[in-house]
Amino acid sequence: MRKIDPSEITPEHLYLSRRKFMVGIGALVTSSLILNACRPSGQSPTPASPEGPASPSATPTVPAPPTATPEASDTPQATANTGELGNELTSYDAVVSYNNYYEFTTSKDGVARLAQDFITSPWTVEVGGLVNNPKTFDLDDLNKFAQEERIYRMRCVEGWSMVIPWVGFPLARLLQKVEPTSKAKYVRFETLFDPEQLRGQKSSLYDWPYVEGLRIDEAMHDLTLLATGLYGKSLLPQNGAPVRLVVPWKYGFKSIKSVVKIDLVEEMPVSLWMAAAPHEYGFYANVNPDVPHPRWSQATERRIGETKRRETLLFNGYAEQVAHLYAGIDLSVWY
Amino acid sequence: MRTLRARWLQILTHVAALLPLAWLAWEYWQGLLFDPVQAITTRTGKTALVLLVLSLACTPINIVFGLKPVLRLRRPLGLYAFMYAALHGLTFVGLDYGLDLDLLGPAILDQRFVLAGFATFLLLLLLAITSTRAWQKRLGKGWQRLHRLAYLAGILAVVHFAWLAKVGTEPLRYGAIVALLLVMRLPWFRKALTKARHQLKKTEESPADLTF
Repeated sequence: MRKIDPSEITPEHLYLSRRKFMVGIGALVTSSLILNACRPSGQSPTPASPEGPASPSATPTVPAPPTATPEASDTPQATANTGELGNELTSYDAVVSYNNYYEFTTSKDGVARLAQDFITSPWTVEVGGLVNNPKTFDLDDLNKFAQEERIYRMRCVEGWSMVIPWVGFPLARLLQKVEPTSKAKYVRFETLFDPEQLRGQKSSLYDWPYVEGLRIDEAMHDLTLLATGLYGKSLLPQNGAPVRLVVPWKYGFKSIKSVVKIDLVEEMPVSLWMAAAPHEYGFYANVNPDVPHPRWSQATERRIGETKRRETLLFNGYAEQVAHLYAGIDLSVWY
Repeated sequence: MRTLRARWLQILTHVAALLPLAWLAWEYWQGLLFDPVQAITTRTGKTALVLLVLSLACTPINIVFGLKPVLRLRRPLGLYAFMYAALHGLTFVGLDYGLDLDLLGPAILDQRFVLAGFATFLLLLLLAITSTRAWQKRLGKGWQRLHRLAYLAGILAVVHFAWLAKVGTEPLRYGAIVALLLVMRLPWFRKALTKARHQLKKTEESPADLTF
């Protein structure tokens, strides 16, 4: 493992003030979104700008004021009870207790307990590859990006789903900082490799560390989020702390957790799941009720908290925003 | 004394076989299951598989260790496996798909793991119905042959598990156990075992010979 320079470690008081600061931002996000809810109806409160980062985001972004109110409670909170399709939020308890994170265990109810001591600070995300301005971001750097709340549906390839109020910022903002070159066609993401903490990485069943990838236009899309929190709180380890990807129109496994490395590359990256079972898990992994997994149907899903199944939506209900990215592509071939 | 011990073994089997159901119910009432339908489905399914494998293990255990009382556990273990398999199937059809035929049709026909599971269930149903003494008498020699289908049920259950798992070795482990148990039933294995026993006896006796 890389040696940590003492200068990289955030002094505790700074770290703590950063936390208060984040809580304050949470409060501001809340208030600004409440105001936002007063906008003329018919306008979706969740982002819907298909042109990507060039166009102004439909979601309110929150400037980071130094006079944050630290008394914003530590209890989980969100700005709305439903997503833009009227879907009720999944309970905070379920979101932090029912997780797929094979680096800890393959048992979904077992992750939270095993992940509780995972060290998420200090943390750095190294962004490089085909860029003009490679940069390593620490947690302070990441928190400087204006944080906003996004209520997204999350559909697992296994056939269950949740509605989660994430806190984070569009990946595009970070990528703009490093200036991808014209050669960059894909973005490759990597999770921390540390088998002492992530015991699941001792298993030889998978080619660790976890790797995921996006096409550059997918990565630059305004819906694609780097999340640092949920329900107005910092991410917990079981949800991919301290920073994870969220790509709401793709199956959950694309939304890689605990990211340490982001590379701009020319060739399509091979993800962990593609390597493990190439015929079952493709690069795109777009949610699609009409393209079954080779061994099971993807036509329906169960929302956690509900009993009966509901029908799965094309691109997880984000077709209006993302379908144009796949114009002319046979989705059953590029699964 | 011996019958008393056999009786205890029976009681222990009943208690152990009902524990997973009690545990599941307790967790449900405590609100510890975040996806109850999924939890009930996977846990009744897993328990059914384990009990089926255990019931298949009884005969080989007797062959190798000569533990006759274990043979009397085959029926209860098999019946409990059927009970859990029935709960498993009912959960899938009734709770998961809410008896919605429009959803159930494709769910059954388009998913081969469901077909394998359904076939397993039908076999276990047949074996459960014919598990009584009356059927045993009525079918005579054929009864034993019929109940060898338990091995086929075991194989199908493993296939069902392997087809629905995301990826993984767990189904393969069960497959290896079922294969091993099946091999231990084959005549040549018994012969080899008796031979090995004789050999063992000889080597045990020979040092004694030297003292003379």
